Amino acid sequence: MGGLQKKKYESGSATNYISRNKARKKLSLSLADFRRLCILKGIYPHEPKHKKKVNKGSTAPRTFYLLKDIRFLLHEPIVGKFREYKIFVRKLRKAYGKAEWSGVQRMKENKPAYKLDHIIKERYPTFIDAVRDVDDALSMCFLFSTFARTGKCHVQTIQLCRRLGVEWMNYIITSRSLRKVFLSIKGIYYQAEVLGQTITWIIPYQFAHDHPTDVDYRVMATFTELYTTLLGFVNFRLYQTLNLVYPPKLDGQGEFSLKSECEEDYALESESYSEKLAALSASLARTVPSVEDEEAELDHFPAEGEDLEKMETREKMELEQNKQKKLFEGLKFFLNREVPRESLAFVIRCFGGEVSWDKSLCIGSTYDETDETITHHIVDRPTIDKQYINRYYIQPQWVYDCVNGKILLPVEEYFLGVTLPPHLSPFVEESEGDYVPPEKLKLLALQKGEKPQAEEDEEEEEEEEDDEDDEEEDDQSEDEDEAEDEASLAEMEEKRAQGKSLSVKVTPGKVKPENRMRTEQEEKAEEKRLAIMMMKKREKYLYDKIMFGKKRHVREVSLLRNSSILYAFF
Amino acid sequence: HSSKRSLTKIYAYGHDQDQRKFWLALILTSVTLQDIRNTVGNIPMEWYKDYPHIGYDLDGKKIFKPIRNKDELDEFLDKMENPDYWRTVQDKMTGADIRLSDEQVDLVHRLQEGKFGDVNFNEYEPAIDFFSNEVMIHPVTNRPQDKRSFIPSLIEKEKVGKLVHAIKMGWIKPRRPKETTPQYYDLWAKEDPNSILGRHKMHVPAPKLKLPGHEESYNPPPEYLMSEEERLAWEQQDPEDRKLSFLPQKFACLRAVPAYSRFIHERFERCLDLYLCPRQRKMRVNVNPEDLIPKLPKPKDLQPFPTTQSLVYRGHSSLVRSISTSPSGQWLVSGSDDCTVRFWEVSTARCLKTVEVGGAVKGVAWNPNPSICLVAISYDDTVVLLNPGLGDRLVSTATDQLISSYEEPEEVKEQPVQWTVAEGEGHEQGHRLILKHPKAVRQVTWHGKGDYLACVMPDNGSSLQVVIHQVSKRRTQNPFRKNKGLVQCVSFHPIRPYFFVATQRYVRVYNLIKQELTKKLMANCKWISSMATHPGGDNVICGSYDCRLAWFDLDLSTKPYKVLRHHKKALRSVAYHRHYPLFASGSDDGSVIVCHGMVYNDLLQNPLIVPVKVLKGHTITHDLGVLDVTFHPTQPWVFSSGADGTVRLFT
Repeated sequence: MGGLQKKKYESGSATNYISRNKARKKLSLSLADFRRLCILKGIYPHEPKHKKKVNKGSTAPRTFYLLKDIRFLLHEPIVGKFREYKIFVRKLRKAYGKAEWSGVQRMKENKPAYKLDHIIKERYPTFIDAVRDVDDALSMCFLFSTFARTGKCHVQTIQLCRRLGVEWMNYIITSRSLRKVFLSIKGIYYQAEVLGQTITWIIPYQFAHDHPTDVDYRVMATFTELYTTLLGFVNFRLYQTLNLVYPPKLDGQGEFSLKSECEEDYALESESYSEKLAALSASLARTVPSVEDEEAELDHFPAEGEDLEKMETREKMELEQNKQKKLFEGLKFFLNREVPRESLAFVIRCFGGEVSWDKSLCIGSTYDETDETITHHIVDRPTIDKQYINRYYIQPQWVYDCVNGKILLPVEEYFLGVTLPPHLSPFVEESEGDYVPPEKLKLLALQKGEKPQAEEDEEEEEEEEDDEDDEEEDDQSEDEDEAEDEASLAEMEEKRAQGKSLSVKVTPGKVKPENRMRTEQEEKAEEKRLAIMMMKKREKYLYDKIMFGKKRHVREVSLLRNSSILYAFF
Repeated sequence: HSSKRSLTKIYAYGHDQDQRKFWLALILTSVTLQDIRNTVGNIPMEWYKDYPHIGYDLDGKKIFKPIRNKDELDEFLDKMENPDYWRTVQDKMTGADIRLSDEQVDLVHRLQEGKFGDVNFNEYEPAIDFFSNEVMIHPVTNRPQDKRSFIPSLIEKEKVGKLVHAIKMGWIKPRRPKETTPQYYDLWAKEDPNSILGRHKMHVPAPKLKLPGHEESYNPPPEYLMSEEERLAWEQQDPEDRKLSFLPQKFACLRAVPAYSRFIHERFERCLDLYLCPRQRKMRVNVNPEDLIPKLPKPKDLQPFPTTQSLVYRGHSSLVRSISTSPSGQWLVSGSDDCTVRFWEVSTARCLKTVEVGGAVKGVAWNPNPSICLVAISYDDTVVLLNPGLGDRLVSTATDQLISSYEEPEEVKEQPVQWTVAEGEGHEQGHRLILKHPKAVRQVTWHGKGDYLACVMPDNGSSLQVVIHQVSKRRTQNPFRKNKGLVQCVSFHPIRPYFFVATQRYVRVYNLIKQELTKKLMANCKWISSMATHPGGDNVICGSYDCRLAWFDLDLSTKPYKVLRHHKKALRSVAYHRHYPLFASGSDDGSVIVCHGMVYNDLLQNPLIVPVKVLKGHTITHDLGVLDVTFHPTQPWVFSSGADGTVRLFT
């Protein structure tokens, strides 16, 4: 055969990947710049399928990028900006060294800046893509907005993050798209459905941060730079879809009340305005005056069979959702000063409730504590001195549990000083064979509309029945075991007797009751065991792994179940 | 003094600390060194550190260092006693101690305070303003004014003109106010859903963070909280190994929940994951584990095979190493470590005869020829051919006659084994022939015709490992000239003149007539323990100490057709049934596994191997379970002997 002999590593996967250092050299960037570029452009290393081939026979640990990705970076205008910035820094240093202060001033004014708009457009070609990826952006922005205004990053960034976060929350309130809330030990998780995309974000509890030393804030700042740009554009578009004014403005009433109220408290009007927005208590101004009850009704299409079923379930879901959206409508809440104001105000407003707080706590309170129409007063302390008769005094968990349960739960379990029922994660969806905590079962029953008291009894009964069943089964098996044991014991004794007296005895035989089902099952089990013996090595390995996972799951579930039963008794 | 004064004046301008020191030194030298002038100049004096002199005077003679032999103690005493110690300094140029005078001390003090050296110098003398706003009658300078001071500058005019022109033309614009807040607009106004970049073909979107479960709640159900032991275990684990990255906690109310200390860490780790973590698409195998189990014919359809333990033959007091059945299937012989051989009736489990021999019995083998009633028993280095006298009297006497009818040939060849005829008490017990070997015999096995007997004497050193005896001629031969490894067991081909020899890792097949190696089977295991040949002769199974059973199809390949790993521990023995398609293996885990091993006459069809039954009965003693298995010659029954001193029959 003619032709040149193919050399190794000159085609195939070895040429599709490039190591990080080579990529850096190709782009002629410093490592820090390369990293920043990767963050901004969303370039990440790939794990090749055959690492050794790609690594040209070496097994050294290396990270690989796709060559195409790196080529794609070559044409990025931001790389030029990076270089410009580098030169700017050099010039500035020189000017400082020569003490040319006017030059320094001029250079500082002409500091090169870059915009990330085109990168956002490129990374998220459609709006839905951007919305889908907004999770991390939100979490990061909310984290940065809780930072102190000193040290770790620019004040402007913190302010921008705060502004974007408030804009986002205002959008969620107006569109009523919050679905789930979860109070975890890390922070508060929120889940919203925006344009059909499920978005989850976490907000830390309002405390000063203990800044760790082993965290690179530059990396986080670069991410935040990208995320704020993304979030800004997403917010703009979302506000547009709801015909809201962007940047957000309070509608007429709110503005008026603001002006009348607290002009003397805040030095700057702009500051008080943003604070008022952040209070989340007033609705936003719209470009087009809103029309009430503009809910689009689903069109009905003639459908058959499965489609019909699907349609029905969809309609049902829609109804449920609409109901959930109006969960707190008509309720008036008052927040005591020790509860997390922002979170509660956000959640209550998301579901149509009215909320207010003490005037001295925060700007934007709409009514006083003495208001007679208040239905729920949220308190997080064991007792309260002055209580009004016509309202419930409840602990904040009630609000969150109601949201997750999609119904107004009975308030008795959440009164002041009462031990709270467990707060369950709304994100857990139990499949078959998983452990379901008893509280969840109770909630499910409540959702179905059964009365809690009766349900409890039933449940207990059911459980008991189950237990009994189990016990019965156990008993059966035990009985059988015992029977066998007894039989063997008798045999043994007989033998012993034979040994002693050497007299042969014939005893009437007993008919052993044969459990047909059982023998059949045993047979099947043995067949399976024997077949497993004949498995190939690879398949056996896979099979063992799967079975190991299954068994572990079952074990965990049973452990949880046992301990829950234990706790129920003591 | 004049020089000193000028120096001090100069000093006043040198505010630097170094300069100050320098001047101080200079003052001292200028004051004190008036008579001895060192000519070395302004050099570091440590250059003269190692010399006895310190420089040269004006005449070029060495200036010697003064004799200094003060040690620390002297120094200290000097410090304590000498009232002028504090004002004594060492002159580096001469090495001599100089006591500063009061004036000099005063000067030093003044310099230290940052004052002028001269006491009389007034630093605040009134300044005389020569160029003041007051017009004097006598000008300080009388130069006439330049013309350029009252004519507008042309260059400036030109410059201004250029700027004005540039502004008029719109080239220069006023500085724009800086944008501090980013501007947002509808970025996706003209979005094109098809504009997906080429690189997105390989794009792997970052997985979303896992959503929290019940255990992360601030008030979880109590079963999700960790017990004390779990918590300790959690704390001792490496942070990477932990299943949960946090400790579940319960708080009575929301107010009591503290800040989560690792929040920033977790966000940061997420950032790192997003841009540093290599991504790879992994196909998750979504296999139903039931589908992985091979579809085999049901054991029910493969009957008959032994299923239950029906008889236990008790009597031996130590491990039963070897068992064998008579060709009729009526008797069973077992040899044990308690130096006895027992003969049992199969159907009743009665021990009919016990023969004591002189050592632990390693192997027993009943002659497969039904017309001869002989049992070969090996213990130590001896093989005894024994006539148990069971069964047909005719056969028994015929056997005796056969042995006694032997006539010694004329020329006696030297043999490696010594043949002797048993006499006296031994003869009464049934011993007929005694073969004394040079080494310990481990295994004995008969040829199908019943005339030849092969013995294995494992030895790494010599070539005499296997001997084949011909009973009728009382002849012994050593078939192999070379040692090819430690022989584990041997077996005759049931039909053809082939001989199988299993060493540690290989099974060699020899043609006895042509006297050559025909095949070498690779067992793919560490150490073969046992071997059995299919009655058809084309298949061999090997058991090994590393829990494997290898089935060889001699027509197919020299590699195993199938390797079964169904035993948990080392295999001790394997056996084929003579008629039924069954084979069994006994292992140290105390179980006997019976498999269906169908060999088809059609050469194109591979043997079918299906495990059909796991038989358990033997108790494990000293880590040994089943030591030998053998099938009943006619029935689908299997015998097994174990380390617990019993022989069991499974039917």
